[in-house]
Amino acid sequence: MAELPPFQTLIDDHATEVMAVLRGAVGRDGAEDAFQETFLAALRAYPSLGDARNLRGWLVTIAHRKAIDHHRARGRAPVPVETVREEAVFDADPADGEVWRSVAALPPKQRAAVTLRFASDLPHEEIAAALGCSPEAARRSLHEGLKRLRKEMA
Amino acid sequence: MTAIMDRSLERLRERAAAEGLLDVAYASADSPFGSLLLARTPRGLVRLALPSEDVDATLLDLAERISPRILEAPDRFDEERRELEDYFEGRRRAFELPIDWQLSHGFMLRAREGIAAIPYGETRTYSDLAREAGNERAVRAAGSACSRNPIPLVVPCHRVVRSDGSFGLYAGGVEMKKRLLAMENQSG
Repeated sequence: MAELPPFQTLIDDHATEVMAVLRGAVGRDGAEDAFQETFLAALRAYPSLGDARNLRGWLVTIAHRKAIDHHRARGRAPVPVETVREEAVFDADPADGEVWRSVAALPPKQRAAVTLRFASDLPHEEIAAALGCSPEAARRSLHEGLKRLRKEMA
Repeated sequence: MTAIMDRSLERLRERAAAEGLLDVAYASADSPFGSLLLARTPRGLVRLALPSEDVDATLLDLAERISPRILEAPDRFDEERRELEDYFEGRRRAFELPIDWQLSHGFMLRAREGIAAIPYGETRTYSDLAREAGNERAVRAAGSACSRNPIPLVVPCHRVVRSDGSFGLYAGGVEMKKRLLAMENQSG
């Protein structure tokens, strides 16, 4: 058995980031529900987790599965961005706000790949694991997403 | 943490508890001796750490011995806080909180149940305790039933003293033991 720290330390260390990832992936309105689902699923699985070395990656992976569930449940792809919110989604450089709004408008896989790579700083292998696809497919989604962003931001 | 995050976490705790996923809840509580750590399971109070004890080490120990599904839940300890406050102000002579004894077994459990039965303002010796728990020669074990008592104050191991009349040791420091006994003598 791995020595697992009290679950509260996962919340203290990663809740803010998970919320940010979810806002990037499903938008502000869906993020709260996805956040609840993410941490309940994590709490349910936690005692049988065999490896406590990458708890952050584990949580972000669950968050992305929940984001994908969210999109599936809504039965359609990306959130249309007709009215752009004024507040920034991330506590980042204000100029970043615009980028993330464009990210939120990407198709789900591309959006997830971009968010996982740049908001969560995950390597390709973990992005692939989170999305349930091959590393090549993850790389392709990331590439397509970035290409589209570049075009849009140009 | 922001107010929005606070509300999300409050909702998470409620849902976790409703779904049986909150195995251990903990919170701190004020006392005249410093901050106490309280931990409870759905069955009752399972651990109380005195100000002298390390909070992180205590929580790690609970993660290992009970479950790692541990959440900080300051809103779930109203009754514990009220009874402790009444006790420290001399208004309460006995605790009515449900207790979860799962950290005590065998002789230790019997000895600690014996401690819980010592009336307010009275003392027993370690030998009394050993005898009442069914093994009069287990005086040293009775000593560790006190020194490693997972729920001090509520299970009042400060009421156990040495046969020669001296105070003996206390996890919270002998000064705290003296003050507790003096307070109970005054209020008793």
